[in-house]
Amino acid sequence: MGIKSLDELRKIRENSIKKIDLRNQGNEGDNIEILIGMATCGIASGAREILNTLAEEVSKKNIKNVKIVPVGCIGYCHSEPIIQVNIPGQKPVIYGKVDKDRAIEIFNSHIIKGKAIKKYTLDIDFERAKQL
Amino acid sequence: MTRPVEISVPKAAGELPNEKFVELEKYIDNLDTTKGALIRILHKAQQIFGYLPMEVQLFIARKLNIPGSEVFGVVSFYSYFSTQPSGKHTISVCMGTACFVRGSDRIHEKLKEELGIGSNQTTDDGLFTIKDVRCIGACGLAPVIMVDDKVYGRVTEEDLPEILNTYRQKTIDS
Amino acid sequence: MTVYRTNILVCGGTGCVSSASLDVYNKFKKLITSAGYDKEVKIIKTGCFGFCEQGPIVKIEPDNVFYVKVNKKDAEEIVNEHIIKGRIVKRLLYKEPNSKRIIEKHQNMPFYKKQFRIALRNCGLINPEDIYEYIAVGGYEALGRVITKMNRDEIVDIIKKSGLRGRGGGGFPTGIKWEITKNNHSDKKYIICNADEGDPGAFMDRSILEGDPHNVLEAMAIGGYTIGADKGLIYIRAEYPLAIERLDIAIKQARELGLLGNNILGTDFNFDIEIKLGAGAFVCGEETALINSAEGKRGEPNYKPPYPAQEGLWGKPTCVNNVETFANIPAIILNGYEWFSSIGTEKSKGTKVFALAGKINNVGLVEVPMGTTFREIIYDIGGGIQGNRKFKAVQTGGPSGGVITEENLDTPIDYDSLSSIGSMMGSGGMIVMDDTTCMVDVAKFYLEFTQDESCGRCTPCRIGTKRMFEILTKITDGKGTKEDLKNLEQLSYMIKDGSLCGLGQTAPNPVLSTMKFFKDEYLQHVVNKVCPTGRCKGLAKYKIDPEKCVGCTACAKVCPVECISGKLKETHVIDQNRCIKCGACFEACRFNAVIKPK
Repeated sequence: MGIKSLDELRKIRENSIKKIDLRNQGNEGDNIEILIGMATCGIASGAREILNTLAEEVSKKNIKNVKIVPVGCIGYCHSEPIIQVNIPGQKPVIYGKVDKDRAIEIFNSHIIKGKAIKKYTLDIDFERAKQL
Repeated sequence: MTRPVEISVPKAAGELPNEKFVELEKYIDNLDTTKGALIRILHKAQQIFGYLPMEVQLFIARKLNIPGSEVFGVVSFYSYFSTQPSGKHTISVCMGTACFVRGSDRIHEKLKEELGIGSNQTTDDGLFTIKDVRCIGACGLAPVIMVDDKVYGRVTEEDLPEILNTYRQKTIDS
Repeated sequence: MTVYRTNILVCGGTGCVSSASLDVYNKFKKLITSAGYDKEVKIIKTGCFGFCEQGPIVKIEPDNVFYVKVNKKDAEEIVNEHIIKGRIVKRLLYKEPNSKRIIEKHQNMPFYKKQFRIALRNCGLINPEDIYEYIAVGGYEALGRVITKMNRDEIVDIIKKSGLRGRGGGGFPTGIKWEITKNNHSDKKYIICNADEGDPGAFMDRSILEGDPHNVLEAMAIGGYTIGADKGLIYIRAEYPLAIERLDIAIKQARELGLLGNNILGTDFNFDIEIKLGAGAFVCGEETALINSAEGKRGEPNYKPPYPAQEGLWGKPTCVNNVETFANIPAIILNGYEWFSSIGTEKSKGTKVFALAGKINNVGLVEVPMGTTFREIIYDIGGGIQGNRKFKAVQTGGPSGGVITEENLDTPIDYDSLSSIGSMMGSGGMIVMDDTTCMVDVAKFYLEFTQDESCGRCTPCRIGTKRMFEILTKITDGKGTKEDLKNLEQLSYMIKDGSLCGLGQTAPNPVLSTMKFFKDEYLQHVVNKVCPTGRCKGLAKYKIDPEKCVGCTACAKVCPVECISGKLKETHVIDQNRCIKCGACFEACRFNAVIKPK
């Protein structure tokens, strides 16, 4: 199943591109994504527990359109564990210092009711280079 | 391609069981080449035996057809390799700069005092070994200690007895 | 897929929508289509830029021009002037409120991003264990273009013109390194990624490998193609299990998709990557030592020349680059050298990732354009000093670097400015210290590190660093003399001059630098026998100021030996005989009542 040419690579990209767009700018689609920073510092401060808690909530409440994605570190070690909630059509929201209780609170308010919890959010002070 | 030597040496020594030597030999024999593979083999051997006693080093030397001194030279060069068995739990104290600036030296002293041993030593009951490590990369949580694979961040001197007791209790429970 | 030459990003956030950004969006669509540019220019509705007050916001990419308060009429002007004629519409640019300075580039806007992320561009954005997500953000496109459309000299040319310099600390131009290795003919060559991040307190490389491993693999393949190597090695610290695991997964996925292996993307280019584990030796960050270690030997450095580019791994031409250096490569290929070299200072291009740690509020990773000042990093990004204490110094370059003091906080950071103020760029560790940090103690800390990590090959380094460490210990114990300071300095120069590799040559730097900027503090230790910060236990004597003490008991509670006595709301007293001079009371007191010895 190897990729045989540059064109083939580009076709694969076209197919994968939508879900990433959502993360940068909040495009259309109906899947909610929760990104969790799972680098060493994140895990050390308890990201794994948060991942398990959120996964439990998803299955407990039987929600079908939520996907949990482990990602690398955004460099905000001071605020780990960090999660990012991407809801279609909205600006992605990043939460810091998420413990078990906060995770459940965020889940119930933001994922279920669509209401972000301002007091836990982090401001992002960087811009990413575009690759294409 | 450099191939390992077929040898017949007594594959057991004191506390070191035969199966472990067999496992190591199998690993060496299955390598594509042994050229440049000494460090990789030592990593595997330490994973199997827990440490690298003389018998294991000599076994590797014979398999690779190199002098034992060369193997020892490599083992003693790298801090990751240990020639002493470690305790049931290894407590790594991060000695990186970020932890230092936030007072890891005090944690280190207190830990040594609590356990009555120095760095790279093991308690008499075989439960704990203290190791100094250079930065485990969790600087955001400094000062940091790591017991086996679990990281404890923003540790204070007062936290230590409780952390140690958790592991003591675990041993009693099992 | 259609490749658009320009993207017009119109903010579709709530704030901008309420200020009619959708009309602007539709207007752009109409204008572009009727002008016949719809195959070349893409109009994108984006999420919020976070600058709603100035909305509607429109951003033109890749030009990175940021227009504010754009209405339908303005859209017409933007299309006619900017899109068609390539002229920026100055009138619509953001003006800094105080200076009325016009700001063109998005990243220069003060409210906005001091940080610009190239090496970390995908970290925290994509799932590092899913190659498709990397491909989705443009991954492996650079490799594809390189091996199907470019010859090796062209790539060398791009990297040279980009101005990219080695991010491991040395700052050697990457393009020249590639060129030299490319021009050395041999039946076999190697490209090595140096992931032996040894500076204690630095974790940039680890984060890149954990967050975006494919980026590094792709760059290594590009490098391999350029220099003519079909084999790459990643030499990584065994202390980074998660990074190793993610690299392992990434390599397997890349092989499965044929992005590593034989005949990559249907070309005749073959390339594969192997992971080599280090085993805990700081000196292995030096490239010749690294190569010895990769061969399974003791990681001792060799005399240069021959350089690895001539005789490296197994005696073959070898190119060694650092993780962060590699992480910049695909972005340079895709965005062009002009883009990269437009960022940064005259001689240091692009960005640099720093691991910001120590006594700072926002500990973490930052990536800033070269030329950013320490003050911006520490105060604007780092949020200032913990507990509002006084800034004392910041150390860059780890055990090879030096301290930067208040007077140099406004130095624009690049390779050359740092050397000129007695430090070095290093790999990116940036440790912030406040007034509770003793500089002699810091120097001792680094010397303890280097004397332990010295490989023992050269006598000046092996024995010299040990003697330096002993003298520093003597001083912090309160037994130092002025003679010791002289000896320290003399030893420093001997070790610098007499050592073979970078470890020894730079080991005395922390001592020389702290002696230069904090001479007084050394003198206080040896002449007055006091440590101004109270860190050096052998010298400290803490007292409580009865005027200021309110009897809150905070100090008594934190005292580990319970030598502070006093009732609630009454003045507390330290029992000097039992005091171990740990300084805990000083840090606990909120009323500045605990006096450090002067």
